[in-house]
Amino acid sequence: MHSSPSINDQLIMQCEQFEQLLQRLQQREYHVLGPTVRNQAIVYDTLTSIADLPKGYTDEQDGGSYRLKQRHDDAFFGYAVGPHSWKQFLHPPITRIWRAKRDGSSFHIAKEDKGIPKYAFIGVRSCELHAIAIQDRVFLQGACTDPGYQERRQDLFIVAINCGQAGGTCFCASMQTGPRATFGYDLALTEIVDTRQHFFVVHIGTELGAEMMDGLVCQQASPDDLQRDEQIVACTAQTMGRQMATSPVELKGLLARNLEHPRWEEVAGRCLSCTNCTMVCPTCFCTTVEDVIDLAGEETERVRKWDSCFNLDFSYLYGGSVRASAKSRYRQWMTHKLSTWYDQFGSSGCVGCGRCITWCPVAIDITEEVRAIYDSEQKE
Amino acid sequence: MVSDAKPKLAVWKFTSCDGCQLSLLDCEEELLPLAKEVEIANFREASRAVIKGPYALSLVEGSVTTAEEVERIQHIRSVSKRVVTIGACATAGGIQALRNFKDVQEFSALVYASPQYIETLSTSTPIAQHITVDFELQGCPINKRQLLEVITAYLHDIKPTIPAYSVCVECKQRGTICVMVAHGTPCLGPVTHAGCGALCPAYNRGCYGCYGPKETPNLVSLSRQCRHMGMSTDQIRRELQTFNAYAEPFRRESLSYEK
Ligand code: SF4
Ligand code: SF4
Ligand code: SF4
Ligand code: SF4
Repeated sequence: MHSSPSINDQLIMQCEQFEQLLQRLQQREYHVLGPTVRNQAIVYDTLTSIADLPKGYTDEQDGGSYRLKQRHDDAFFGYAVGPHSWKQFLHPPITRIWRAKRDGSSFHIAKEDKGIPKYAFIGVRSCELHAIAIQDRVFLQGACTDPGYQERRQDLFIVAINCGQAGGTCFCASMQTGPRATFGYDLALTEIVDTRQHFFVVHIGTELGAEMMDGLVCQQASPDDLQRDEQIVACTAQTMGRQMATSPVELKGLLARNLEHPRWEEVAGRCLSCTNCTMVCPTCFCTTVEDVIDLAGEETERVRKWDSCFNLDFSYLYGGSVRASAKSRYRQWMTHKLSTWYDQFGSSGCVGCGRCITWCPVAIDITEEVRAIYDSEQKE
Repeated sequence: MVSDAKPKLAVWKFTSCDGCQLSLLDCEEELLPLAKEVEIANFREASRAVIKGPYALSLVEGSVTTAEEVERIQHIRSVSKRVVTIGACATAGGIQALRNFKDVQEFSALVYASPQYIETLSTSTPIAQHITVDFELQGCPINKRQLLEVITAYLHDIKPTIPAYSVCVECKQRGTICVMVAHGTPCLGPVTHAGCGALCPAYNRGCYGCYGPKETPNLVSLSRQCRHMGMSTDQIRRELQTFNAYAEPFRRESLSYEK
């Protein structure tokens, strides 16, 4: 007898059914996005089938270094997060907010025809679920919400993946944001691959998730399967490439107490103010708006672009930039992420994904910077 | 007459390759609208006709390398309401500023059969070293979109939107994979002024700094990393001594590697 799957069910899905799941999402008019190899890195882009996934690839990550490598098996998700994050779809780098045309001495605003696709994200990591939840708070909570974000976000279908290995710069375990997906997904997968078999344990998170699995030939997961699932994720948690010196809540006070620490000056000597750390960070949300007008002054448009607290104009007030020194800009970034974010949004702004460490051209490491300040307090 | 009311635009050439002026001609679709808004009063690359000043906006290409140019730039300033310098030559001295690091007589002797006919200054200097400049548009060559932005802004009396941040910003905005981190290719993007749209990294090569220094560039840290990635000090010096060699931050760093 066929019984329909429901929330909290745990199923076994073979690769064939995984393919069927992707096809089904496409049939339901989802724009399916997920990891794929481009230009020697694993990026997020359109998936048409599971053949587009980085099967058999992994990455080696360290401060300022990322290398794509071959695995010894056919795992689809055997790597950590790469240069891209889901932010680029939910909070795109460049968006036109409105256009206006002159109309005599007045003007009228042309409505944007949105045409926002319905997204399905495949392979969302636990740290990224936390990052999406953080951006949800930024854009959707409180009096002012972002209608564009709202629209892109509301129909999102999320297939999470529980990490089967930690990257060289991952530290979700110490930020309490991973490596197991615990909320915010429609389906969460754990990939099990060895010489004899290759399948997924599927955790159903929502009604919609259950509906998507309905009719795919899947068995209930056995206690053995679930135990393997547990072991894999526990092992990931124990092999984090990086670790924060103390808990997220402690970090808040630690940095607040050390705004004049000599370490800020030291890191400013290395920091390029290049903005890479903020651009790759899945929670950084700052933007600037640029007005573009045509030569005749007949048409204008307002464009929103990702901005960064490392840019001088970011803190420009009449007469100059408030944060003119690299020291004040780096300090702003790190204390916002780890400390003042709590005051603003009620949580840490860092999910321990490690991107800022890997993609900093000069290998500045947020965990190392924290440790330097932490250690100096221990010595006192 | 209506056309008399149109602001006059002039384009002036100093020591340069003409590439930046060409960016203006390159604005094919926008050229006619531009001609509607301004009177193109002096633009030798497009027309021999020259209309007398004063000019509302002068675009100056090229660096100062001769005694005649020292005089001429003063005159241009005096007949122009606004002066905008365009390109690496005008804003930093250009590739020809390599002479500033060496003896120009030696260069002349190597290049010309009869060097005695060459009249030149011993240095190539940016326009802003001689006159007050209202805006400097960097790039080798400049980006035509940015040029239009500057012209449009001055026509409408607003500040041009030309961000002075790094090439990395544009690189990340377009989703390019960082060549420095993922390929181990040294890249000047983190110290270079945005504007090109991060062209080189998009084609898998490092930025070579043709837009010149960005705001607050940290050359010391980036070259330390380049050495770490295997570049020799001489390679770094050569990398910095190109189109923007004489721009202060690049010059200071490259000189620290001169024997
Ligand atoms: S601060 Fe760094 S580790 Fe934390 S979420 Fe941002 S990119 Fe990831
Ligand atoms: S930080 Fe944690 S959840 Fe994120 S990729 Fe690394 S192991 Fe996975
Ligand atoms: S910390 Fe690194 S990535 Fe961030 S601005 Fe400084 S040099 Fe760039
Ligand atoms: S490739 Fe170059 S310009 Fe692009 S992010 Fe990396 S260092 Fe910056």
